[in-house]
Amino acid sequence: MSEQGVDVGKRRFLTGATAVAGGVGAAFVAVPFIKSWQPSARARAAGAPVEVNVSELAPGAKLSVTWRGKPVVIIHRTDEMIASLSEISDNLRDPDSSNPQQPSYCQNPERAIKPKYLVMLSLCTHLGCIPDYNASPEAQPLLKAPGFFCACHGSAYDIAGRVYKGVPAPLNMPIPPYRYVADDIILVGEDPTGNGGGTA
Amino acid sequence: MANKFMTWIDDRFPATKLWNEHIAEYYAPKNFNFWYFFGSLALLVLVNQLLTGIWLTMFYKPSAAEAFASVEYIMRDVEWGWLIRYMHSTGASAFFIVVYMHMFRALLYGSYQKPRELIWIFGCLIFLALMAEAFMGYVLPWGNMSYWGAQVIISLFGAIPVVGEGITTWIKGDFIIADATLNRFFALHVVAIPFALVGLVIAHIMALHHVGSNNPDGVEIKAKKDEKGIPLDGIPFHPYYTVKDIFGTAVFLILFAAVIFFAPTFGGYFIEPPNFTPADPLATPEHIAPVWYYTPYYAILRAVTVDFIISAKLWGVILFASSVLILFFLPWLDRSPVRSIRYKGWIFKGMLTAFVVAFLLLGYLGTQPPGGWRTLASQIGTFVYFAFFLGMPFYSKLDKTKPVPERVTE
Repeated sequence: MSEQGVDVGKRRFLTGATAVAGGVGAAFVAVPFIKSWQPSARARAAGAPVEVNVSELAPGAKLSVTWRGKPVVIIHRTDEMIASLSEISDNLRDPDSSNPQQPSYCQNPERAIKPKYLVMLSLCTHLGCIPDYNASPEAQPLLKAPGFFCACHGSAYDIAGRVYKGVPAPLNMPIPPYRYVADDIILVGEDPTGNGGGTA
Repeated sequence: MANKFMTWIDDRFPATKLWNEHIAEYYAPKNFNFWYFFGSLALLVLVNQLLTGIWLTMFYKPSAAEAFASVEYIMRDVEWGWLIRYMHSTGASAFFIVVYMHMFRALLYGSYQKPRELIWIFGCLIFLALMAEAFMGYVLPWGNMSYWGAQVIISLFGAIPVVGEGITTWIKGDFIIADATLNRFFALHVVAIPFALVGLVIAHIMALHHVGSNNPDGVEIKAKKDEKGIPLDGIPFHPYYTVKDIFGTAVFLILFAAVIFFAPTFGGYFIEPPNFTPADPLATPEHIAPVWYYTPYYAILRAVTVDFIISAKLWGVILFASSVLILFFLPWLDRSPVRSIRYKGWIFKGMLTAFVVAFLLLGYLGTQPPGGWRTLASQIGTFVYFAFFLGMPFYSKLDKTKPVPERVTE
């Protein structure tokens, strides 16, 4: 150190440069710590598609399977149920499914590839509870037609998982990617093009 | 001999200095009342949580496959395991009772006002850390309410536009609440947050001892000192307040033990019934309600039912977050020239009463299923909650205050 005092400008520059270099290093080191919280390779592998045979499913009946650990319901809709979809549009928040809660090939009034079978992630879009399936709407005063009712916070959905107005849930329930492998066999978790879908 | 030993120590470590500064020669106002028990009680409960918590980790298994069974093992097979576990679970609720009383005391006597803003802010951080700590702790037994409570709380982050979904997956470490989630919550609950909590508590007390304690009159006792520099209205913390706090501790422990022995679940409020069945990702409990200490904030979360520019859900999350964060700004919202409610006017007294009623009402509503009059009531409660804080810069100035005495009155 010189006897004539210190070069303050130089010292400030060196302090700044050290801080910046250290900060950049710390930011890089933070990456592995943050990334380690992402789903592991094992968790990602467990997200493989699930095959479901619906040939035994009676009209009006429900089948539950899990895909990526999430509850998927498959409902064999009766003709009356399908007819009810157009009758209650006025009561719905998003009757045309304009929010991307379904793959593009399911953005239709039935929110399905084949109108007869609803394939849906049964997770309330409010806070993720599982709504009850009500084949007959009488049990729930909020339901105008067959549909779903979430007992947690009182959200109602129609039989295509479209959400009613005036309930806490903001969105229609999500439709997972799926395709028909055969007439009665559904593969949940894969688009008709064969891609593992990113939706939901 | 003892003197020589202490001199040897003091030459190497400031033991006597620390003792005097924080205990024997820490002069606290002589007029502390009932509300001043809760600071030392919070410290006592913290020690209880640390001690019982360390013991629980000796038997608990932080994995989705084993967690629920290991808690049952603690309850049934480990000697005195049931007592240690109930001390911990009851301690969690006791912690919030004590901390809410402690915070209410600060509202009563303006203990957050200049120059005690940082004490208040450290306290708010402790409250935040406590909420996170209790939430993660509630997940660990891996009962069905653990699971679905975690589901509901983590999905709150999903309301954040664009990045929300990614954040929820990142927090969970899986596409659902799973083993990975439980395992990291264990690490945070047992290591990370307790470290932060203890650090914050030390900062809270250091800041307090730096500026000195407030009192029910809101009088600054350091303004009037005797020739030795000791506040005229101050008495040494030890033995005066150590004795007082021992009495408070005894009363508290009687009540605490009564709950542990006779009502450890407290009718479903301290431990909810669904948590006695294992976590089941395919079966939601009929009614998801958080543990009682979150219910005021939970009622605020779901008070908004209409979409206005952004979704009702996002409004709920914003209000929920704001309702906690607004506490931090309290020292700057209060423009009153006096600290204590004793010298404040009827507007503040009215607002504080309305706030307490709203807080209790919200707390009740948060335990109930929504709908009907309850939704309206929680909207009114939410309004009053925020009006207390946001209106404060105006009404605290308008309010007619009484003159503050120069010395404490009791």
